[in-house]
Amino acid sequence: MTDLSLHHGISLHRIGAMILRYWYLLMSSWPRLLELLYWPALQVITWGFIQSYVAQNANFFARAGGTLIGAVILWDILFRGQLGFSISFLEEMWARNLGNLMMSPLKPIEFLLSLTVMSLIRLAIGVIPMTLLALFLFHFNFYGLGLPLIAFFCNLIFTSWSVGIFVSGLVLRNGLGAESIVWTLMFAIMPLACIYYPVSVLPGWLQYVAWSLPPTYVFEGMRALLIENTFRTDLMLEALAINAGLLVASFWAFLALLRSAKMHGSLLSGGE
Amino acid sequence: MHSTAQWRKNASSMTENAKASSRPTVADSTLSAAIEVDRLVKVYKQTRAVDGISFSLPRGSITGLLGGNGAGKTTTIAMIMGLVLPTSGRVRVLGHRMPEESAEVLGRMNFESPYVDMPMRLTVRQNLTIFGKLYAVKHLPDRIAKLAAELDLNDFIDRANGKLSAGQKTRVALAKALINEPELLLLDEPTASLDPDTADWVRAHLERYRKDNNATILLASHNMLEVERLCDRVIIMKRGRVEDDDTPDAIMARYNRTTLEEVFLDVARGRVNDAKEGQDEQLSS
Repeated sequence: MTDLSLHHGISLHRIGAMILRYWYLLMSSWPRLLELLYWPALQVITWGFIQSYVAQNANFFARAGGTLIGAVILWDILFRGQLGFSISFLEEMWARNLGNLMMSPLKPIEFLLSLTVMSLIRLAIGVIPMTLLALFLFHFNFYGLGLPLIAFFCNLIFTSWSVGIFVSGLVLRNGLGAESIVWTLMFAIMPLACIYYPVSVLPGWLQYVAWSLPPTYVFEGMRALLIENTFRTDLMLEALAINAGLLVASFWAFLALLRSAKMHGSLLSGGE
Repeated sequence: MHSTAQWRKNASSMTENAKASSRPTVADSTLSAAIEVDRLVKVYKQTRAVDGISFSLPRGSITGLLGGNGAGKTTTIAMIMGLVLPTSGRVRVLGHRMPEESAEVLGRMNFESPYVDMPMRLTVRQNLTIFGKLYAVKHLPDRIAKLAAELDLNDFIDRANGKLSAGQKTRVALAKALINEPELLLLDEPTASLDPDTADWVRAHLERYRKDNNATILLASHNMLEVERLCDRVIIMKRGRVEDDDTPDAIMARYNRTTLEEVFLDVARGRVNDAKEGQDEQLSS
């Protein structure tokens, strides 16, 4: 009955099964769906009004319309992308279902790929209405960024997956006691990624740290596009290169943490 | 709760299923053992949870793993499943090294344990669908329908798992464990927290499944009656070591006891030597 040939290599069938599992879960709970919409909407409305107020009173922001609200939306792609990934993972911990999955033919890479797809689905549910709100309330057309938006999006989502993979490994190894890292780690990146201000604002030594983070390149790129009407391909390529390294490193870390969890018996306890 | 007629109908359905399959038989000497454990050790910091145990389980057997809390049963089963890595020693499952070759065998085995749950918000049917897909079960709707009939799930198959009684959840967990018709079934306390009727029903189903599918079952249990009824071999563990390993009858005879529960208490309370000496005296007289 079991098709063993599928156990070699990556199985789209098993990835599809996991996506179906998270889809059922999402659709079974309206508060979960509402939460996906609620926070992004709150963010864009708050920052949109701040931007409107500042634009009326500051010459720079009057010229650079959309930098604040654009940054808010891009930040949400980064943050919600990681949360979308990590929350799907945490659902397995909360449900005490991880043992069932680990004992099934599902491979770690298939599990992670299904989480990346769920991250995209959850992101779409939250961010698309957010961009529509920005358009109708503040006349900021996020999609007006054009093709560069694809480069921004890809770089941000890759970073969010790297962080998501790494923190999932930490939770796997340390149990739900490490859950708070899922919610807070991205905020440690926030001041260094220079979301609302240019990198030049930071002290010299901190600028080196900032430039090691791919989101910094995206936010600098966004400001260059909105203020100078220039698309900085160089920034996007550098960010892509760092992201490639981060993805490989986070996957390696996940496997190492999984192995450590098996060594320490953490998969049996899984709790705090 | 479960009528005799329903049970007979289910048992008949399972037998037909077994006939249709091309399972190997126990008598086939070309097959490796279902489980081979060789000098297995697991050390957690200062604690030796499993201390150099070895055993081999032939295909088609039901073996009970007995021992008090902390004896090392769960750790042993977890190492067989690949959820815990041994400190030293070797595990082979269905002829493959674990965990190195786990991809070769995970689709042919399954398990049920009180340490894991089925997702609570999903319905029974959704859960079985997902696990069926993970195990690449062919004709999945038919398989789910058959399991639902055999395990009497139809009354609540579209209800969320979290809204089921303990007995219903156990039957669903058993359905998940059988979804891929495993050659090897690992069970950790399969009837814990069940009422006697449901527990008896689960045991009957396991017996029938083993017989019809020539499956190998390893079960850890604190229920001695369950072990006496189901198992053709018993491995008693204490402080991470194998204290005894034989058929239930042989073990009871060796300890001069009439039930496994009495043997268990002898082992747990360190009365092993007294009991064995008593038996030796009887033999000499």
